Amino acid sequence: MTVTTLEKAADAKAATVEFRGLRREFGPTVALDGLDLTVRPGELLALLGPSGCGKTTALRMLAGFEHPDSGEVLVDGEDVTRVPAHRRDAGMVFQSYSLFPHLSALDNVAFGLRMRKVRTAERRSRAAELLDLVGLADKGERFPHQLSGGQQQRIALARALALRPRVLLLDEPLSALDAKVRLTLREEIRRLQQELGITTLFVTHDQEEALSMADRVAVMRAGRLEQCAAPAELYGRPATAFVAEFVGTMSRIPGRLDSGVAEVLGQRLPVDGDAPAATEIDVLVRPEAVRVRADDAGTARVVATAFLGAATRVTVRLPDATEVKADLPTHEAAGLGSGAAVTVSLPERPVLVAERTQ
Amino acid sequence: MAGSLNNPARVLKPARGANKSVRVRPWRGVVLVCAGLYFLVPLAASVVFTVDVPNQGITFDAYRQIVSADGFGSSLLLSLELAAATIAVVLLLMVPAMVALRLGAPKLRPVVEVICSLPLVVPPIAFVAGIATVLKWGPEHLSRTPLFETFVALQNPDFPVVLVLAYVVMALPFVYRALDAGLRAVDVRTLVEAARSCGANWPQALVRVVLPNLRGALLNASFLTLALVLGEFTVAQLLGFQPFAVWIYSVGGSQAQLSVAVSVLSLLVTWALLLSLAGLGGRSRSASASRG
Repeated sequence: MTVTTLEKAADAKAATVEFRGLRREFGPTVALDGLDLTVRPGELLALLGPSGCGKTTALRMLAGFEHPDSGEVLVDGEDVTRVPAHRRDAGMVFQSYSLFPHLSALDNVAFGLRMRKVRTAERRSRAAELLDLVGLADKGERFPHQLSGGQQQRIALARALALRPRVLLLDEPLSALDAKVRLTLREEIRRLQQELGITTLFVTHDQEEALSMADRVAVMRAGRLEQCAAPAELYGRPATAFVAEFVGTMSRIPGRLDSGVAEVLGQRLPVDGDAPAATEIDVLVRPEAVRVRADDAGTARVVATAFLGAATRVTVRLPDATEVKADLPTHEAAGLGSGAAVTVSLPERPVLVAERTQ
Repeated sequence: MAGSLNNPARVLKPARGANKSVRVRPWRGVVLVCAGLYFLVPLAASVVFTVDVPNQGITFDAYRQIVSADGFGSSLLLSLELAAATIAVVLLLMVPAMVALRLGAPKLRPVVEVICSLPLVVPPIAFVAGIATVLKWGPEHLSRTPLFETFVALQNPDFPVVLVLAYVVMALPFVYRALDAGLRAVDVRTLVEAARSCGANWPQALVRVVLPNLRGALLNASFLTLALVLGEFTVAQLLGFQPFAVWIYSVGGSQAQLSVAVSVLSLLVTWALLLSLAGLGGRSRSASASRG
C-alpha cells in the first residue's frame, strides 16, 4: 500500500472548489437555498447535516448529476455548471452497490481508463496499481457479489481515483457498512486522501465521522450553510444554537441575561460571543463542562446513568424539570444512583447562550 | 423441545434436512411425475402415432414428407426473419424507453404499463380486422400519392413488414414485463451515475453498463417474442401471408398423421431455437466471466 510517484504528481495542483449562491427547488421543497461554500485545495471538507438539508444535492451538483436553478459551481475559478458529468473530472464514491456487477474488480477500476481509450496493457497495470493502493491487490479477479461491503467500497474508491480526478466526492460511503469496518475504512480514506492531497468533499449525517476525518466541517440546515469551521472550533465555539445542538451533545439550562452576564444555577457567568437581545435565555453546555456533586441538600435529582467506559453520562433533573446531561469520570459517578440528590454547577468560564425557544 | 427453542438456528437445520428426506421429497417427486406425465404422455403418444404406421412398422415417412414438402424451408425462414426483425424493433423501442422512463419520469410508469398491456385485452381477431381495414382503405385513398408505394411495400409477401409491426404490438406486454423485472433488479440510476463519473457519456453508459446488466431480461424478452412470432397464426393467416405456423396448418390439414407430425415438429423447432438462444446467452456470459 504505497503511494507511487505517479500518484504524487497529482497533488501539486489540488483544486479549489467554490459554490456560489446555489439554489435548487424540487417542487415545493427547497433543497438548496443560496449555498455559498469554498473548499480549499487538498482539504477534506465534510458536509454535515440532518437528512434533507441539501448536502447530497450540493455534492451531486459538483458531480454534474443535478443542475442548480441559479448560482454556479467553480473548480479552480472555472465555471463548470454547464459541463456534463462525464467531463467534470470528479471521482465519486456512492453510498453502496455502485460497482458494475458484470465486471470484475480490476475491470471496474479500469472502466474509466477504458472510456478514455487508454491502451489495454497500460490500463490493466494502472488498475492493478490502484487495487494495491486500497489493499486489495489479490482480489482483482473477484466480482462485486463475491466481495464484502467494505471491500466493495474500497474498489469503488480505487475506481474513483483511477482517472486522477481533481476532486474526490464521497456520498456517505460508509453508511451501509458495519461499525468496525466503518472505523477502519474511515481511517484509510483519510490516509489516502492526505497522501494524494486531493481536494475531497465528504457528505455524511454522522457527526462523529465528520469530526474525526475532516479538515473542516460545513454544517448545513434547510439548504443553507450554518457554519464551516475546523472540528475543534465547531465543537468548542458553535456559531449558532443549531450547530451547537447538532454537533455533539448539548444541554439547555434556562437562565436570565442581565447586562451581558448570564445568571444560571445561581452563578453569574460572562457570555461567550454575541449576547442575544432577550433576557429569557438558555445557557448551552456540553456534558463534560457540567459538574455534578453528590449533596444531600441538593435540589437536583439523578434520573439516569449510562456507562460509557472511562466516563459515565449522568442525566440530572433540575427543580424546574429541565434535564441536564453531565459526563463524570466513572469512579466519581459510582455513588450516584438513580434518585440521588445532587448539586449542579458550571465552571467559571464564558458560556454560550441562545434565546429560549419555547 | 425446550432445547430446540433455546437454539433454533442449530436445531432447525437438521430438522429441515430431515423434513426434506422424509416428508417433502416424495411430494416433490409426485408433483414432478404428475407434471411430467401431463406434458410427456400426449407428446409421446403424438410421436408414436406419427412414426408407428399400422402395417409398416416404424417409419419416419410423415416427417420426410413434411421436410420435403414445398415451402417448408421458405416458410420457416420467413418466420425466423420476422422473429429477428420483431425482436430487434421491439427491443430498440422498449429498452431506451424504459431506461429513460426509470431515470427521467418514474411517475409515468403506470401509464406506460397500461399502454403496453393493452394488446393483451384486444383479441387478435379484432386487431387483425382493424389492420385489414386500414390496409384496404389506405391504397384506395392514397392511390395518387407516394404513400401508395408504402402500403405496397408493407405487404410485400417476401417480407411482410406489416406483420413485424403487428407482432411488435403483440409482444409489448411480454417485453415490458421482462424488461421491467430486469430493471427492478439493478439500480439503474446509480450505475449510470457511476459510469458517468468514470467519464462515460450517455450512450457509453447505456451500452457498457446498463445493457450488460440487463442481459437476462433482454434474453427473456427475446425468448417470449420468438415464441410468440413462431406460433402466431391468426394475424398472418387472415392477412394472407404464409409464415411457418400458417404453412404447417395448410400442409397438415387433410391427413391426420401428417398434421400431428407437423405439430410435433413445430414444437421441436421452437425448442431448438429457444435452447440455442439460451446457449448463446449462457456462452457469452461465461465468456465475459472468464475474461475478467
